[in-house]
Amino acid sequence: MSELVLKDLEIRYGKVTALDRLNLSIKDGELVTLLGPSGCGKTTTLRAVSGFLAPQGGDIFIGGRRITDIPPEKRGIGLVFQNYALWPHMTVFKNLAFGLEMRKIPAEEIKRRVAAVLASVQLSEYADRLPRQLSGGQQQRIALARAIVLEPDILLLDEPLSNLDALLREQMRFEIAAIHDRLGITTMYVTHDQTEAMVISDRIVIMRKGLVMQDGPPEEIYRRPANKFVAGFMGTTSFVPGAVVGVEGERCEIETAEGLRLVGLGSGLKLGDRACAAVRPEAVLLGKRGAEEPEGRGANRFEAVVQRSNFTGELVDYQLKVGSCFLRAKEPETRKVHGCGERVELRISAERLPIVADADAEPRAV
Amino acid sequence: MRSVLKKSGELALLVVVFLAVVGPMASLVIWSVAQKWYWPNLLPQEISFDYWRQALGLQTSMAIGAVSIVSAFLLSLGIALATVVASMAISIPAGYALAKYKIPFGTAIMFLFLLPNAFPQQPVFVNILRIFTKAGLAGTIPGVMLIHILVGLVFGVWITSATFRAIPPSLEEAARSVGASAFVAFYRIALPLAAPGLLSSAVFVFLTSLDEFTGTFFVGLPFVNTLPLTLYSSSGYNLQFASVIALILLVPSVVFMLLIQKVLKAEYVGGMG
Repeated sequence: MSELVLKDLEIRYGKVTALDRLNLSIKDGELVTLLGPSGCGKTTTLRAVSGFLAPQGGDIFIGGRRITDIPPEKRGIGLVFQNYALWPHMTVFKNLAFGLEMRKIPAEEIKRRVAAVLASVQLSEYADRLPRQLSGGQQQRIALARAIVLEPDILLLDEPLSNLDALLREQMRFEIAAIHDRLGITTMYVTHDQTEAMVISDRIVIMRKGLVMQDGPPEEIYRRPANKFVAGFMGTTSFVPGAVVGVEGERCEIETAEGLRLVGLGSGLKLGDRACAAVRPEAVLLGKRGAEEPEGRGANRFEAVVQRSNFTGELVDYQLKVGSCFLRAKEPETRKVHGCGERVELRISAERLPIVADADAEPRAV
Repeated sequence: MRSVLKKSGELALLVVVFLAVVGPMASLVIWSVAQKWYWPNLLPQEISFDYWRQALGLQTSMAIGAVSIVSAFLLSLGIALATVVASMAISIPAGYALAKYKIPFGTAIMFLFLLPNAFPQQPVFVNILRIFTKAGLAGTIPGVMLIHILVGLVFGVWITSATFRAIPPSLEEAARSVGASAFVAFYRIALPLAAPGLLSSAVFVFLTSLDEFTGTFFVGLPFVNTLPLTLYSSSGYNLQFASVIALILLVPSVVFMLLIQKVLKAEYVGGMG
């Protein structure tokens, strides 16, 4: 068992608190992503776990063993860096063999293990190349291979895809997820890219200013954001502010200053609270006025005017005006395309409309 | 037509550069073998290798004003090599520490190494001579070496720390993460990657020591007589002998420059970018 547990981890740089009593546990074999904007403490957390940063308070456990004071080389952690950090003066083979040599593993076994790992990242024929003779994507795979050839208890990846171009990045996401599924190494993945986090993770931990804002599976984070910060971070979101006028279980209704009423899902809200409806472009459906309602009871229906309509290929991107507020909508190009200035009716299913408190991202203790 | 003009322009430039580089050296070569050379002759009337033979200790004639410089050359070479070893022994750890760790007053320490070269040298060395005389170091080889280390350390520490700073910290961290101790990570990763920079810093120290005059003049004379001192003392009255010494002093510089060029072209340096 190699469960990773962070307990009340506290790190300060001078007077700046980078991590404020962080509690986090990653189950054996789980892939957890730390997601957040730069400066949120995600990289700090990773460096503390890898042992290059000493925490001022709290503890780190791997499989129940306290490793807070153990030097990095004795933690049994595999690391993949943003800039790959392959050793430029060593061939691919030597890069992979280095860690095995450190463990005094016999040369024959080193050869066998390096060959096996190279095969698993489909780079067997590159063993004698120098890193700079490889493309970015290949270097990335070698960096990953170097970390997993040692069969570490924990794998840490620090924005491993951010130096790759968009197409390769998408492909590598699936590859990393596949390698993780095959090996089942407990993995902590750091990124600021929410799509990457959604694709790859068993669980996402959203951080901001050293605090955990939400911790949950990708779908839950997306569908039920715990606060305005999380709602805003997961994709393009338009916020419609108002006051809570009705609460019924999870259902929550708000009314804007102009008297517009929106029904959505929210929790922890009371009548009279300031709240926001987080409108996601992909949750908005457009139709002719008075057309039949496909969403059933509880769908929000508004009249809107198309301000802009951009054809982007697979999607049409609209900017809509409802009363005095602007909303974005994205519809597949297979649906009817509405032109600029057209009056439309927009519908948002209550199930797909999160309502969050309109505070400046009240930190939620987890 | 245009291209002809361009080509001839390039050719003219090439000739000028060639003359600027080779001209002074050619003059040294001619002077070093000029036995008799009086105005208005363009070239020496009489050529001989007497000054070379005399300088290299192959003949000892009292007829021409030149002495064997073999011992001075060996002394200079020995001091320079020892200076390099001592300077690098200080520079590598100091440069590494200054590059990789947050050291209190790190910048101030860097400037401290620059200090001996930041002031006019004469007053500095006169003061050092007073101290060295008290310490019994004046007129001794260790005394001269200390001076050379002092002057050379600025190249040593500055170039070395810049070299180590250019190596991304993640390279050593990657080594730590796969089980290397801090020392092994330094020895197996940082040191080989820094080798070209360390070598050029060593060459700078070597050449600085080989050419050092002012400090050696104050601290070394009359007992420690290095090649530059011999050169300066003969240059006033004996241009032939001075030319021979100047050419001999050039040899190590050229050898080391070729060596650096070869090493800097080595394959793995390209991967550092």
